[in-house]
Amino acid sequence: MSTTTTRGVAQPAPAKVSKTRPRRGLRASSTFNFWLFTGPFLIGLIIFVFVPIGWSIWLSFFEARFTVTPSEFVGFENYKQVLTDADFRGSLVTFTVFAAFIVPATWALSLGLALLVNRLRFMRAFFRSVFFLPTAVSYVAASLIWKMSLFNGVRFGLANTVLGWFGVENIAWLSNPDPPWYWLVIVTVRLWLQSGFYMILFIAALQNIPRELYEAASLDGAKPGWQTFRHITLPQLRATSTAVILLLLVAAYQAFDEFFNLLSKATWGQPPLVELYKMALGENQNYGAGSAGAVVLTLLICVVTLVQGKIMGFGRGEESK
Amino acid sequence: MTITAPDIDKAAKPVKVKRGGVLGNTGLYIATGVAAVLFLIPFYLIVRNAFMTDPEITGEEWKWFPTSIQWGNITEPFDDVTVDFARSLWNSVVVAVLHTAGILLICSLAGYGLARIPYKHANKVFYAVLATLMVPTAVTFVPSFVLVSSLGWVDSYRGLIIPGLFSGFTCFLFRQYFLGFPKELEEAARVDGLGYWGAYWRVVVPNSLNFFAAIATITFINGWNAFLWPLVIGQDPSAWTVQVALSSYMTNQTVNYHLIFMATAISILPLIFVFLFLQRWLVQGIAQTGIKG
Repeated sequence: MSTTTTRGVAQPAPAKVSKTRPRRGLRASSTFNFWLFTGPFLIGLIIFVFVPIGWSIWLSFFEARFTVTPSEFVGFENYKQVLTDADFRGSLVTFTVFAAFIVPATWALSLGLALLVNRLRFMRAFFRSVFFLPTAVSYVAASLIWKMSLFNGVRFGLANTVLGWFGVENIAWLSNPDPPWYWLVIVTVRLWLQSGFYMILFIAALQNIPRELYEAASLDGAKPGWQTFRHITLPQLRATSTAVILLLLVAAYQAFDEFFNLLSKATWGQPPLVELYKMALGENQNYGAGSAGAVVLTLLICVVTLVQGKIMGFGRGEESK
Repeated sequence: MTITAPDIDKAAKPVKVKRGGVLGNTGLYIATGVAAVLFLIPFYLIVRNAFMTDPEITGEEWKWFPTSIQWGNITEPFDDVTVDFARSLWNSVVVAVLHTAGILLICSLAGYGLARIPYKHANKVFYAVLATLMVPTAVTFVPSFVLVSSLGWVDSYRGLIIPGLFSGFTCFLFRQYFLGFPKELEEAARVDGLGYWGAYWRVVVPNSLNFFAAIATITFINGWNAFLWPLVIGQDPSAWTVQVALSSYMTNQTVNYHLIFMATAISILPLIFVFLFLQRWLVQGIAQTGIKG
């Protein structure tokens, strides 16, 4: 065992020098301690993260239906099947549309709420809590409220009730893909659930903006409001905005709960994870194709993350964090 | 920035002047108030529906409040024979608590080891942990399920809890936190003969309770609200968590609105309490770490 001592004072204490020392020598050894602290985590990480990933890459080249032990080597057959599958490709379109709505909407709403709350002088904690409270609600519970009450397709749903006061006919929010009202339901549920969380990030970032910048701007004749916001607040929030957008994108990519629950009987609007779920755990239990799908999705998200990080300059803005 | 630290009160003044008078303030509060009402509507709907009768909920005319509050609804989810709601609640308690405790223990130790214990291959280990962050956990549910089912852990607490304990992300958060922990404190403890282990438990952990509380709150909320993994693992209704049970209500043949909403209310209640009492740490933790696990 290499006894790279931590501090100059600690003696290397090789185990043989004296019989009373070994225990202390072992306890003081940083190599031993390193593994003592990180060992349990690393073993788990290998078993429950690395092994499954490796196994599924392996499985993706085999025929494996209703069983997780591969039976026959099929090369890239599973990949071909996944990539030519209309449902799977459709799910990537769904994700793209979803991300195009939810990412900018959440960014704008959470920033807007942060700006509002940050300017309040009374009841600030109260309002912050109200906007933050949905963070505690699960996607399943929120989907249930949206589907069964808020956007219930019959007349006693709240949205249809309110629209009814203005003479609008009942809208079948979820059970009809044309017009695609289901997007409104899907997007608002996530917007409600996650905006408060990102608002907290923006509030923290707003409070880190040096006040002198605003003073200097007002001395230079900048009008408060849009001008200061555009030229000071927004650039100062660059690092946080970049991080938030990246997080939103990755989260949207992994959307499952609300789609699964809101569109359980639908054939439209199925995002990648729901397709994956159907493929691997649906009627066919095709683990080979499911694994290939997981590999494809993982590679895609890696590419998206890297590209987005590059475009928006992830490393650059870090100093203001 | 080279500007010397300003007197905060002085600095605040000119900013204050800019921010409109009574009129601007009224507008601000109206905007915030409207947003707040919109954000509270879903909570209102849960409570409204939970304490109404079904004919009232589905009635021709919209009623803002129940004619008489149906307290009897509270016990209905527990008497329901189609879904074992009590069992699912208990499963959620067990899973969320053990999930939180396990993650805190395992990931904090690893984070500390990576941050503070010198070892020549520590960097390589750290990169291996970082690499797992590139793979979104949700996408790996197929391979994880493959592994867990071959271990025979489907429909068990082990299967629900253990695979989720090794969060590279939480480990990373702890590492970042410990990097900023004042070194002098632990060094003094180690000189006193405590060793890394002793110093960790007697000095580092007691002085990091705020951070632990923040991570615990976030982890607990995520554990309680998790859906995809419990759905995959809970093939048998006896292993359902409360989220899976709620989800099953939505696809049931018969819809009992008041029962479903009462069940939803009950499932959210523990988190509302956690949230109200621990919000301080939660906000602090999010602001510090920037991310939800």
